Amino acid sequence: MEPQNIININGIDYSFTPGETILEVATRNDIYIPTLCYLKGMSPTGVCRICLVEVEGVKTLLASCSTQATPGMVVKTDTPAVINARRMNIELLLASGDHNCLARSLDAGLWTDFQLDALDIEEHRDLCPAYGDCRLQDLAILYRVKPDHVVPVNPKYDVEDVNPFIVRDFSRCILCGRCVQVCNEIQVNKVISFGYRGATSKIITRGDRALKDSDCVFCGECLQVCPVGALMPKQDMALRTPVNEMKKVRTTCSYCGVGCQIYLHVKDNRIERVTGVEGTSPNLGSLCVKGRFGYDFVAHPERLTTPLIKKDGEFHEATWDEALDLVAKRMNDIKRDFGPDSIGLFTSARITNEENYLAQKFIRAVIGTNNIDHCARL
Amino acid sequence: MAGLAAAFGSGAMTNPISDIEKSDVILITGSNTTENHPVLSTYIKRVASFTDTKLIVVDPRRIPITRFATIWMRQTLGTDVAWINGMMHIIIKEGLYDREYVEFRTEGFEELRATVEQYTPERVEKITGIPKDQLVEAAHLYAQANAASIFYAMGITQHITGTDNVKSLANLAMLCGNVGIEGGGVNPLRGQNNVQGACDMGGLPNVYTGYQKIDDPSVRNRMEKAWGVEKLPDKVGATVTGMMQMAHSGDLKALYIIGENPMVSDPDLNHAEDAIKNLDFLVVQDIFLTETARMANVVLPSAAFAEKDGTFTNTERKVQRVRRAVKPPGDAREDWKIISDLADKMGYPMRYGNARDIMREIAEVTPSYHGITYDRIEVDGIYWPCLSMDHPGTPRLHEEQFSRGLGLFHAVEYIPPDELPDSEYPLYLTTGRILYHYHTGTMTMKSEGLNALAPECFVEISQEDALYYKIKDNDMLNVASRRGSIKARAKISSQAQKGAIFIPFHYAEAAANRLTNAALDPVAKIPEYKVCAVRIEKI
Repeated sequence: MEPQNIININGIDYSFTPGETILEVATRNDIYIPTLCYLKGMSPTGVCRICLVEVEGVKTLLASCSTQATPGMVVKTDTPAVINARRMNIELLLASGDHNCLARSLDAGLWTDFQLDALDIEEHRDLCPAYGDCRLQDLAILYRVKPDHVVPVNPKYDVEDVNPFIVRDFSRCILCGRCVQVCNEIQVNKVISFGYRGATSKIITRGDRALKDSDCVFCGECLQVCPVGALMPKQDMALRTPVNEMKKVRTTCSYCGVGCQIYLHVKDNRIERVTGVEGTSPNLGSLCVKGRFGYDFVAHPERLTTPLIKKDGEFHEATWDEALDLVAKRMNDIKRDFGPDSIGLFTSARITNEENYLAQKFIRAVIGTNNIDHCARL
Repeated sequence: MAGLAAAFGSGAMTNPISDIEKSDVILITGSNTTENHPVLSTYIKRVASFTDTKLIVVDPRRIPITRFATIWMRQTLGTDVAWINGMMHIIIKEGLYDREYVEFRTEGFEELRATVEQYTPERVEKITGIPKDQLVEAAHLYAQANAASIFYAMGITQHITGTDNVKSLANLAMLCGNVGIEGGGVNPLRGQNNVQGACDMGGLPNVYTGYQKIDDPSVRNRMEKAWGVEKLPDKVGATVTGMMQMAHSGDLKALYIIGENPMVSDPDLNHAEDAIKNLDFLVVQDIFLTETARMANVVLPSAAFAEKDGTFTNTERKVQRVRRAVKPPGDAREDWKIISDLADKMGYPMRYGNARDIMREIAEVTPSYHGITYDRIEVDGIYWPCLSMDHPGTPRLHEEQFSRGLGLFHAVEYIPPDELPDSEYPLYLTTGRILYHYHTGTMTMKSEGLNALAPECFVEISQEDALYYKIKDNDMLNVASRRGSIKARAKISSQAQKGAIFIPFHYAEAAANRLTNAALDPVAKIPEYKVCAVRIEKI
């Protein structure tokens, strides 16, 4: 470590590695600087202006996510100027779109006809669907941004929900660019980018088409990073389960062999959402369309719920004892009459290691044959 | 897997997924990576887009990953040994191979040299259709990299020459000193979540857990003691395809199928159906009443992945936890409970309190899982081999030496596919998966959303062939092989190679496996799903 690579934050000296940003040094040392558009590991865009800090000798406030630490730099993260600036930026973001979560304390008279009508549309029937799970809302509460400063504006765009998985509502988009970054730099699907200019800026696919008519492969990476209610899982729009009412269970995805680490978000014994576990290999938070959205099968009404025994070509429901007694008897009979090698078992690449272990133990130790295989070859 | 095991002594992926970021050159063949291993493909797309890493793709179809390739070679179906030998021919002839590595870490080089001598770029171009200049360029790129890795999947293994294909890729990697190094390796991508684990756990006819051979008396004695049985069978058992043959001939009387759907996934389905009907007793244990379960005498309802505790081992040999999040529906039970209950009833008590107990026993009897416990993998998984409680696991295989000692070159000759197009069946057919569905669709076709994005089977056909047969997009086609026929709509696509159509195998109502050829690789017993001859007509 070079001795001169020292930066002072809030009165205390910290060493840094050349190239590190102020935010990185602060985060490493447990100094909280609020962020919104910042995505760890990505090139900073610095567009949201929430992570502003004061740097001695610099007239304007600097975005800590995109400012590199330099030797002797003196940084203050919580001065009145910083807090006021952050508060104003939060207000501007709230005022920029249809952010109605703080509108509850407004006079009903301030609600526009458009908004009252919008409540009848399914996607708008309540507050913003991200209520309680929104970075902007968190910041507004943290910085006590007064709701009466923020008069909800008419939604500028129609809600796009013509695909099965992702609802896009640009009236709630704050143009932080996180979705654009992950689509282009993490998943490298290059489907979305910033489009138009100025007040009409919008995240667009090629030709500003709906996602379903674009090259989108519905990995949902954009959903996972959207800090507001602009991108929502369609399933959530229907269920409207508050985040804090869901239990989160970490497990391994059951599709391909990559073994992505996932969270199953569960309420009332039902999976309501799947997200990737960030910061853990192999997937580092990413998922694909099957892993993220293909969980309907678990709670599907056609699931088998009881053992079935076929008599005269028809299945009849049976108890476990009836079914297993029958299997045991038939297996024993066949083993006695034709030898153990007349019995075989296909185990499965879908079940757990523990279950595969028991399957081969069963066929070898109980039946007495090595006739066991699975579809690795198929 | 047999091919890699023969060359290296272990059939698993040699390097961790994260090593992709350390490769200078990546060669992908027989893997439609973006659709079948989407998240792994993001690593490859990132390094190919934002770093100096170069990508070589060898695939007959213009699959999406070709967009990221520096070189895309489009071989004729089933000619893989020829182009791999061709690359080695160039590398040896120009002295670009790693002499020191070949001398100290491998054996069999002279035989290899003699064989690939015959595979001149001109001859390879005739066999494979790959222009000779392009082959030379690819050979240079691969050989001159500091670290080059190879990724492959079923496009390499599902041929009668599948084992040969894998051995050839192993040859190429060893020739350039690319095995046992960071960013190198030969990496088979496993298609199903726990294929690796099912193999590791001895779900194979010739090995117990950790690939301990059943015909090794000392291993068998140890397992007999551990399991408390007098005598374990010493004869290697039958494979999936072997058991199907035995059922057909009447030698197999009873079959117990867990979580598989051979009535969609097996080759030459008409034959498979006859085989299953010929059984005296069929038990199917699954989460849905699959096409196969409908034919069973007894169906046992099991728990899905989200309803159980346990572990899966991913394609990079990492053992990771599976945790119960919801209760199974109705009376459905975890598979391990069903098996142990049945064993109890058959007079062999299996008394496990939970999955953790079973893992404890696995670790006891399996050297490569010795150090794996639930506590150790609570937060992050461990790569096997993990030989003891203080062993950190092994992300990279063959670093000091190969599992078998020296790496073994296999001199392999090109053999054409079992069935080639002719005047009666003039087109090649190849099969595979698509992004939105998974295997036989038991899970994905229960998702409205996935179905909406990929509702039905299709026949991917090139513009040239479509013109020739006067076919328009969405025309209903009859596709016939010597074994059966199916109907599906035409999808004219620049992905398809002229003279070769592609059909996804997910859809039971238009099962591509009514058409496929059950001819097997003689060693691995894998059917040749990837090549057969068909004819098409508009209906």
